[in-house]
Amino acid sequence: MSGAAISFSGQLINLFASVILLLAFAMLAQRRVMPLINLFALQGATLFLSTVVVAVSTGQHHLYWSAGLTLVLKVIALPLILHRLVRRLYVKWEVESLINIPTIMLVGIGLVIIAFNVALPISQLSDTITRGTLGIALATVMLAFLMMITRTKAIPQVVGFLSMENGLFLAATSATYGMPMVVELGIALDVLVGAIILGVFFFQIRDQFDSLDIRHMERLKDL
Amino acid sequence: MPTLLPIDTLLIAVCAWLAVGLAGLVAPRNTRFIAKTLFPAGALVGMLVGFVSLGSLGAAPETAVLAIGLPDLPFHLRLDSLTAIFGVLLGFISVGISIFAAGYFREGEGTAPGLLCLEYHAFLASMLMVLLADDAYAFMVAWESMALASFFLVTTNHQHAEIRRAGYLYLLIAHVGAISILLSFGVMTANSGDYTFSGMRGQHLSSFWASAAYLLALFGFGAKAGLVPVHVWLPEAHPAAPSPVSAMMSGVMLKTAIYGLLRVSFDLLGSPIWWWGVVALGVGLVTALFGVLYSTVQSDMKRLLAYSSIENIGLIAVGIGLTLIFHSYRMEALAALAMTAVLYHCLAHAGFKSLLFLCTGSVLHATKERSLGKLGGLIHRMPWVAWLALAGVIASAGLPPLSGFISEWLLLQAFLFSPGLPHPWLNMIVPVAAALVVLVAALAGFAMVKFYGIIFLGQMREESLKDAHDAGWWERAGLIWLALITLCLGIFPSSVILRIDAATRQLLGTGLSERMADHGWWMLAPISVERASYQPLVFLAVIVASVLLGRQLVHHLYHGRTRRSAAWDCGYFFQGPRAQDTAEGFSQPIRRIFEPMFRLTRHFPTARDTQPYYSVKVEDHFWHWLYLPLARLVGGISGLITLLQGGRIAIYLLYSFITLILLLLVARP
Amino acid sequence: MNISGLLAQLFAIVMALFLAPLLTGWVGQCRAWLQSRTAPPLLQPYYMLHKLFHKDVVLAHGASSLFRVAPFVVFGCMVLACAIVPTLSTDLPFAPAADTIALVGVFGLARVFISLAAMDIGTSFGSLGGRREMLVGFLAEPALLMVIFTTAMISQSTSVATIVETLAHREFAIYPSLAFAGIAFTFVSLAENARVPVDNPATHLELTMIHEAMILEYSGRHLALIEWAASLKLYAYSCLGLALFFPWGVAAGDSFPAMLAAIPLLLLKLSIGGFLLAVIETVNAKMRIFRAPEFLGTAFLLAVLGLLVRLLLETRV
Repeated sequence: MSGAAISFSGQLINLFASVILLLAFAMLAQRRVMPLINLFALQGATLFLSTVVVAVSTGQHHLYWSAGLTLVLKVIALPLILHRLVRRLYVKWEVESLINIPTIMLVGIGLVIIAFNVALPISQLSDTITRGTLGIALATVMLAFLMMITRTKAIPQVVGFLSMENGLFLAATSATYGMPMVVELGIALDVLVGAIILGVFFFQIRDQFDSLDIRHMERLKDL
Repeated sequence: MPTLLPIDTLLIAVCAWLAVGLAGLVAPRNTRFIAKTLFPAGALVGMLVGFVSLGSLGAAPETAVLAIGLPDLPFHLRLDSLTAIFGVLLGFISVGISIFAAGYFREGEGTAPGLLCLEYHAFLASMLMVLLADDAYAFMVAWESMALASFFLVTTNHQHAEIRRAGYLYLLIAHVGAISILLSFGVMTANSGDYTFSGMRGQHLSSFWASAAYLLALFGFGAKAGLVPVHVWLPEAHPAAPSPVSAMMSGVMLKTAIYGLLRVSFDLLGSPIWWWGVVALGVGLVTALFGVLYSTVQSDMKRLLAYSSIENIGLIAVGIGLTLIFHSYRMEALAALAMTAVLYHCLAHAGFKSLLFLCTGSVLHATKERSLGKLGGLIHRMPWVAWLALAGVIASAGLPPLSGFISEWLLLQAFLFSPGLPHPWLNMIVPVAAALVVLVAALAGFAMVKFYGIIFLGQMREESLKDAHDAGWWERAGLIWLALITLCLGIFPSSVILRIDAATRQLLGTGLSERMADHGWWMLAPISVERASYQPLVFLAVIVASVLLGRQLVHHLYHGRTRRSAAWDCGYFFQGPRAQDTAEGFSQPIRRIFEPMFRLTRHFPTARDTQPYYSVKVEDHFWHWLYLPLARLVGGISGLITLLQGGRIAIYLLYSFITLILLLLVARP
Repeated sequence: MNISGLLAQLFAIVMALFLAPLLTGWVGQCRAWLQSRTAPPLLQPYYMLHKLFHKDVVLAHGASSLFRVAPFVVFGCMVLACAIVPTLSTDLPFAPAADTIALVGVFGLARVFISLAAMDIGTSFGSLGGRREMLVGFLAEPALLMVIFTTAMISQSTSVATIVETLAHREFAIYPSLAFAGIAFTFVSLAENARVPVDNPATHLELTMIHEAMILEYSGRHLALIEWAASLKLYAYSCLGLALFFPWGVAAGDSFPAMLAAIPLLLLKLSIGGFLLAVIETVNAKMRIFRAPEFLGTAFLLAVLGLLVRLLLETRV
């Protein structure tokens, strides 16, 4: 019953996973754009550390590559791109939420409970050192989803999308020590390209509507 | 000469209460005789009931058959530990209320005192009969007499239209509930034709029918207890009734509904299914949160207490739900812990809530005011009532060292074990539900500070309050009795739990006494000392000692000089009574934070108003979302039925004739 | 309950009575340093208490007996709290008198009394303070309970002494749940002790004050007792936090040498804690009263997350 039964590296991984979950909640509650991007970078950094610990403790070499990819892409490249976008688009305004924050938080807690319970039988099938964190990974994905649903501005939605990828990555690491390298590289490239394309879209949207509020796009339907 | 069994004594008590009530009809207008002779006599009978029930806790069940009622349908009666624990509650609480009532009822208020005396004692007698009943027939007869007696008591001041309306609403919901209870009993007899409870225990219902019986019972008894959404009668009926009646209804009558629910879910139905507990837990949580939120925003002192009763019933339902969950997973020791919390809270709530209702009665008599906005500063004029009410307030807020804390503590201890449940969803959701219980308790503290602070503290909000007088000796004696019960329940939890244990053991097969017995009477440690313990006596002793010692030391080492001056208030010059918080102002944070929970109608002053004012009216969502549409639907359907009305007697005879023929065709042997 | 045990208990209480104002003074000093002000002397709270005890009590005309009793009751509650929280030793006679849940109850009792006393004179500020205090109370208590649940689940006990013994004498292990609970506890303590960002202990004559608004009408020995009680509350909360999250170094028996040996470590931990409190109070601004629900809601969220993470990650072998 006690935590001492889990090895030290396992404890570290659990700690990092918990921090990732906490950061997911922090992102859900963050109203402003810039801190949101920083939180995303922090989440990436925690994911990087967690992957490194898994790599060291299990000796899975390809995980070093995954960790490096995470570091380069999610901690450095994407936050930089997003920062640039925010500066260029002059959108350092407050992010508004559709529902008020305490309600979102309560929904978030509900999602965590669902995720933990759904993941429990799956993680019992796995025998990895990290299997306990599968529930957290699933919860992170769900929280990112929730964030995308509740936000009305474009950039926070993109951050939500990227954060969801963080959750997926964590899930892959915890269930099977990561996806095959090819898949991982592919996803990484997809995310990068996706972010860039979305960046281009932002400029287009802003030119069109003078705003990045995606509620304006509700007008884009057949009449 | 045959020995007098406890059950016979209780039956004599029923008769004695009825006799006292009937004696009131001898001289219905002689207030002095009725108040100073008959009500104290009723209190003596209550004392008898209390002690006899206390004595029969843990004894073997006794049964009796009374050959009254219809031929071939005698009343079966039974006195077991569950009955006894609620008998203790009924007996001892009624003592305090009857003594108070002796000083309370006066001439010229609604119903003649003699009639009131009859209704009151018939109410008591029928509640005792409800507890004793051992077959569905006797139970329903007693249950309906209880509802009728309390209906007449609620409408004592029937000259007011709103009180009549409250009474009818109460009667309506009471009967909807009674039908549901009847159906539940019907399901439990399972076509055997045996309406005795022992017959029902012998039935082995399929899980579908058992669930149906449970849900019907939950609805039926919930309607009497005030569970959401069938709570609406409670905040109307309690303020309408005279205060001793409110106290009796809130303190004792609601508990008979809890008794019924316990009897059906644990005794008659045998083994529960886990989701029964989840339903009770969920309904209880909603009820508790709803009750406490609405109680914080009330501006009428008796409505505030009525909503607080809803909250407490909700907490009891939470406890029942937790017990059912543990019981269904055969975790009997934990079920016993939760059950002890339930029974303890029944006793505690009966004590402090009737105490508070009686205090509002004294305030009402002294000031003729029920609205919080017109009270204030009464501690200067009514010190007895104020200090005794403080005991009720602290207990009701669930604070140590008084009674309300013990049951909440036990309930939280039970919650603490819920992660051990062998169900993957429950073991995560149920612990979080404990946080809601604490929120409810803390909000109850808010409501109680509002109640006490606005009535008894501060400056008097009206000139007329200066003439208020303290309660008379009869009233004080009643209040002191109930405050003593509250104190004893708070200070001697182990002794009380060892008594309650008989009922727990009867329902669950195990109790807490094995683990509690060797810790001594001053220590409450339901599982083990290492796990959790609480010594209320040390609490009280340390606090009292530091108050006295601190005072002595300060006076001895320094001085005790005091002077009087005007209040400072940061130098603010206008310090009249209007500068204080109003009842509405005090609860403003609640309205703001929990705004979606209320149906608010507000008027804000604008810049152009010549006579600016602010008003807020808080209404119940359920009333608008559930009851009014339902009432419209019923109205519409009954409108259709009027089409059948022809007015000619021949047509009515034709209807009867057609019905007869149809029945002959349909009914076959 | 033998004589030496009682003496040890008495010693712990006396230590609390003397250390509590010192802790308050230390926090004030650190705050002043961090804010580049000249710091008041470390013993300033003692001077203040001494001065206040000497002064006459000036009672408002409308003050009732409840107003005069309340400071003593509040003080008594805080003394009791300090007697229960293991500061120097876990094995004291009063330790089984209350577990953590009952401890929350003691603080609740003190809160109700001080709020009622605030409403007693019937001034505008008094009732305003009273209702805000109750507001903070009902927001903080659910979070506090979730913190208690998390720690209680690790040690299988709600008794503070048992929690300390289990946590202090086990193999070192990282508990993410405890980290969550610790942060939540810090939030709750800030709110409960009327500290920035929920309340500002240094403010006066400001519409946002909570604690000070309640005690405006108190003077002389009553005010001294309330101030002392506030110090004791801070001390009790700090020691509770240390006991739950940094339990090392608390003596296990009631022998005097062991307790004396525990004092330096306690002082060290308290001074670090006090410094951190000063840092928090310096880098944050007081928030609007209606942001307090969000602040304490975050604490609740953290505590619940701690509980859930505990259930997910740490309950399986």
